[in-house]
Order: sequence, then structure tokens, then C-alpha cells
Amino acid sequence: MTATSIEARSRAQSQVRRELLVGLIRKDLKVKYQGSVLGFLWSLANPLLLLIVYTFVFSVVLRNGIPQFGFYLLSGLLVWNMFSGSVATATESVVGNSGLVKKVRFPLGILPMTAVGFNLVHFVLQLLVLVVVMLLTGFTSVISPALVLLIPALAVALVFTVGLSYLVAALNVRYRDTKHIVEVVLMAGFWVNPIVYSIGQVTKQLDRHGLADVYYLNPMAGVTVAMQRALYAKDVVLSNGTHVLADPGYLFYFERLGVGAVLSLLLLWLGTRTYHRLSADFAEEL
Amino acid sequence: MAEVAITAHEVSKRFAKHTERATSLKERLVRHKVASADFYALRDVSLEIARGETVGLIGANGSGKSTLLKVLAGILRPTRGTVEARGRIASLLELGAGFNGELSGRENIYLNASLLGLTRRETDALYDSIVDFAELAEFIDNPVKHYSSGMYVRLGFAVAVHVDPDILLIDEVLAVGDEHFQRKCLNKITEFQDAGKTILFVSHSAELIERICSRAILLDHGNVLFDGDPYFAVEGLQKLLGTDRPESVPDDGPDGEVTFGDVVFSDRAGGEPVAVFPRDSPFATSVQLTLGAASAVALDHVRAVVLGVGDIPIWSMPMGRDDLPGAEGTWQVEFLVPAMPRIKGRFIVIFQLFTKDDELITYHRTQHAFEVESEHEVGIMDVAFTPHFAAVDPS
Repeated sequence: MTATSIEARSRAQSQVRRELLVGLIRKDLKVKYQGSVLGFLWSLANPLLLLIVYTFVFSVVLRNGIPQFGFYLLSGLLVWNMFSGSVATATESVVGNSGLVKKVRFPLGILPMTAVGFNLVHFVLQLLVLVVVMLLTGFTSVISPALVLLIPALAVALVFTVGLSYLVAALNVRYRDTKHIVEVVLMAGFWVNPIVYSIGQVTKQLDRHGLADVYYLNPMAGVTVAMQRALYAKDVVLSNGTHVLADPGYLFYFERLGVGAVLSLLLLWLGTRTYHRLSADFAEEL
Repeated sequence: MAEVAITAHEVSKRFAKHTERATSLKERLVRHKVASADFYALRDVSLEIARGETVGLIGANGSGKSTLLKVLAGILRPTRGTVEARGRIASLLELGAGFNGELSGRENIYLNASLLGLTRRETDALYDSIVDFAELAEFIDNPVKHYSSGMYVRLGFAVAVHVDPDILLIDEVLAVGDEHFQRKCLNKITEFQDAGKTILFVSHSAELIERICSRAILLDHGNVLFDGDPYFAVEGLQKLLGTDRPESVPDDGPDGEVTFGDVVFSDRAGGEPVAVFPRDSPFATSVQLTLGAASAVALDHVRAVVLGVGDIPIWSMPMGRDDLPGAEGTWQVEFLVPAMPRIKGRFIVIFQLFTKDDELITYHRTQHAFEVESEHEVGIMDVAFTPHFAAVDPS
């Protein structure tokens, strides 16, 4: 075989892989909304419902005092949903496709990526709707240079999501406990990250114990506050003297995201390595 | 030997017994020290398959056929040993694996082709041909969950064979589908053979193996029991399964007075050995026969019977007392058929020696088979007398 034909072959292979990924994501989307009248609109139902519930709880009952709480909530919630949805789906991605894994030889690495891609499509759509609604209701602070933060924040979120997805997808084949552990951890993660409350309410406590930096060892914390800086963008001071945003500037976020990026890349390395090592026995373990 | 397509070197595959396998953390921790009972699906299997060969894999249930296919396909990793394959492999372990019931036939074609390694553009080019082959044009936009099992299988096979692999691994999947479609699949396989592709084929159908394979491998409890002519592989399987015909008389005569030498199949009397006979070809078979004094007297007549797989007699060629020498010595006994009857498949010959009272003195089965190519199937009507000549000459 000549060098050029090897190159052409590997190019064709990566094209096949890309098309397969797109094909599987489309399949999942299609199957999910097959036969439902509203179809894709249902993907907006979940965040909408959460919006109503949490707005009621935190603006009416508990009164945390964050103005336009809905927009604040969604600024952090959507990316969290992308992350937790991906990881939860990915956990089952190999086990749930056992018929395929046992009978067809195909690039197995596609499976967790399909889970991430599926949730990413929803995220992008929800994000667009959020921005449009913000603009329509006169929440113009969203249009600011801070939007640039979306790029590093989403990059870190994606790397972290993909890394963890590979890890749990592989582990769940051997230890079915993984699914249950993931469920619990994701549930806890939702409350650990400053999504329904403001970061200021946490940092006050953390600072007192010198744990502020430890908090950001969770890459999603950095991602969440950066998303809030980018989308909500208004640094309101609450009645108890704390700020809604983690920091009014930019450098703060780049630093936290930098730490998150390093940790996420490590996780990505660990996750893909583990997946690759275990994948040779998937057909047997299932 | 021609270019090698697949090499398996001392491949073993061990499975932990299912009940012993820990699938939860607790089990793993608790049972850590319990040695699990292992089960070998394959033991030191070595084989080499040349490009363009069609090899049948046979064996009883649980003999390791499917495991071997999966190991060769790269789906299972061998516990020990190495597997090497040259060229694009397509495996048909289960037709329609990866189909999604909610999607239409069209969408499943694209998804399945993509799983098997085709680009979208390649699939575009093959699409019409796939639909045509599956004969599903009318239903192609319906969700496949509404398909009958036959339609499902047709679509699966259609996609798989259009992938254009260099090596095709087929598990017992052709058994499904009606006769019309089975014929179509076989035609496709013949097409693949003509194109010089390598095919490895699992089947329980002795007839199918014998008809399309040039070589067969018999597996038993993970070991290769036989590797060679399909006729004898199928025979070996029948022995294993206890469905063969019991042998009553040993190969040599009781007093060792009769010995058989080489058997030759040819297309003319005294000709060179021929392995494959075209349709209507003349057929000659000869065996070297050494008679002692006593058996030369006892021998009254000889019969050569052509047998199909499972020792089904196809035709019989008697040779009377008058044609026999009636003296001790080594003789070349030859039977000649001017034109092969309309049969197809692989056959052997059994030579039987009888006394005047029609008692069997001894017999000899050939250790190799010959093949007849023809569009005709072996039918019951072909078991008939075939015009022939018989002669004995000093050897």
C-alpha cells in the first residue's frame, strides 16, 4: 500500500466515524421525539419546569433576593443539564447497546460521544432560546463583551463531560454499581455548584475556612460562574452584602477555568485510556 | 499457497462461567478470592485461510464456531494467541444488528452502512441496489418495527453484502428467509467467490457447506477436529453427532488377503487425476486391487458405488465374474462413465467385493472426494443406473 492510499484510507475512516456519530445522534433524537406532536419542543419543557419550580421556591418562598432569578438560574442550569445529562446517558451507552457491541465491529469510542452529542444538541437549542427570550424581555445586559467567556467555559465543560463520560461508560460495563453511584453524585453535584443560589453565599463560608480555591477544583464550579458572568452578567449586590457574580472582571474566570481545563484534560486522558483498555472485553462482559 | 487472508495462531478463548462472573462491586470484593470455574470456548486453534477460499465452519452446538468467528472479526479478544486478517472484514453475525425499530428502512440502511464502515456518499451510490436486492422498495419509508422477520433479514443481508468486504464472515443467518431469498443470498455468495473474496461460513446445513465450500473445518469443544475436504468434515460431524451409518466390515479383508491401493478420479480411462468435473464430463475411477490366492477364488463380483455426503448412494456400477481375472496378483480395476449424471456436489466412491452368494468380502472407501459442477441439484431421481463400462487389466 502506498503512503497516499493509507492517508486516503485513514481520511475515509475518520469521515465514516464522523458520519456515524452524526447518524447515531440523529437516531437518538428521532427516536426520542418519534410520534410526539410537539416533538423537539419537549426538550424545552424540562428547563421550563425547573424554572417555574425553582423560581417559586427561591423567589417567593425562600426569597434569596436575586433579581430576575429565572435568567440567573438558567445561566448556570443549562450547562449543568448538558453535563449531567451527558454523563447519565453515557453511563448506559455501552450497556444499552449490547446488541450492537456483541454483534458488529465498529469504533466503540463512538458510544459515549453519542451521549454527549445528543445532550449538546439540546443545550445549544436551549441556550439560543434563553438568549432570545432575554432580549425579547429587555434583559439587554446579556449582550456584553463577557459573552466571550462562553468559549473557554464551554470548552472546559465539554472536555470534562467527555472525559467523565468515557470513564463511567467503561466502568459501568464491569461494575453495574457505577450507574447508581453516578446518579447520586450528579444529584449532589447539582447542589454543590452555585446554580440555584449565588456563589457569594458560598464563598463567604469558604473564605473563612480558606477553602475558596479548593471549591474550584470542581471544574463545573468554574464553568458555572463563568456562564453566569457571560449570560446573566449583572453583578447585583444582595441585601446580605454578597455579590451575585463571583467577580465583576474577566481574569478571575480565566484562572478558574485554567485550573478546570488542566483537571479536565487529566480526566479526559484517564477516561479515554480506561475506556480503550476495557473496550477490548466489552463484547464478552455484556 | 496463495496470499494469506486470515491467520490464527494458537488462539484460545476462555470465558468465566456466567454465574461466576462478578458484575457488581460487592460481588467483586466479596468473591475476590474464589477461583471462578473457567470454560474454554477455543483451545489452541491455528488456521490459515488463503485469499479467495470459501471455508465452512461446522460443529455441534457449543463447539466454538461463533466464538471463532467473533475472534476473527475482532469483536472478542483472544485469551491467548494472535489473529491477523488482511483486508476489510464484514461480519454477518446477526442480520439487522443495529437496526432500530422506530426508524424507517431508508434510515436504517444509512445507519447500518455507516456502522459497517461506509461513508454517506458510498451509501448513496449503493442505495438503489440495496433496496432492490432486499425487494423492499414499497416499504422502505415504513418503520422497520412493522417489518416481518423475513423483510428484516432481507434488509440486513442486503446492506451487509453491499459493503464490499475483502473477507466476509457469516454466522448461521441464511437459514432465515424464504427459499427464494436464500437462493438470492447464495447467488451473491457465488458472486463473491468469483470476485476472489474470502468467505468464512458457519452453517448446520451439511448440504450447504458441501455445496459452496472448498474446505471445511470441524470444531469440537473448541478444538479443530478436522480441516480439509468438506465431504469428510461433514462425515466427521455426523460421526460426532451419532447420525452416521455404522460400519459393519473392517477395511481389510478378514485374512488380510485383499489390499487396496491408490484411487484415481479422472475424466478418461487411465487419465490424470481430476478434482472438479464440469457438467456432462466423462468420469473414470480406478483403484489398485491386490488379491491373495484364496480371495481370488472367492471373489465373484465387484461393485463401485458413488456416494454423496452422509453416504447417500447416487449410482452403482457392478462388474461381473466374467470381467474379473480370477487369479491372485495386483490389478487395476477401472470404471468409466461416458457422461456424468446431472448431479452437483462432492462425492466419494466405495468399492465393494462380493462372493458368489452376495456376501461382502471387504470394501474400500476413498479418502478424498471429487466435485461435480452443475446447475442441477441432487434429486432423488438421479439415483439410478448410469451407463458405464468396466474392465480389468494387469497392473
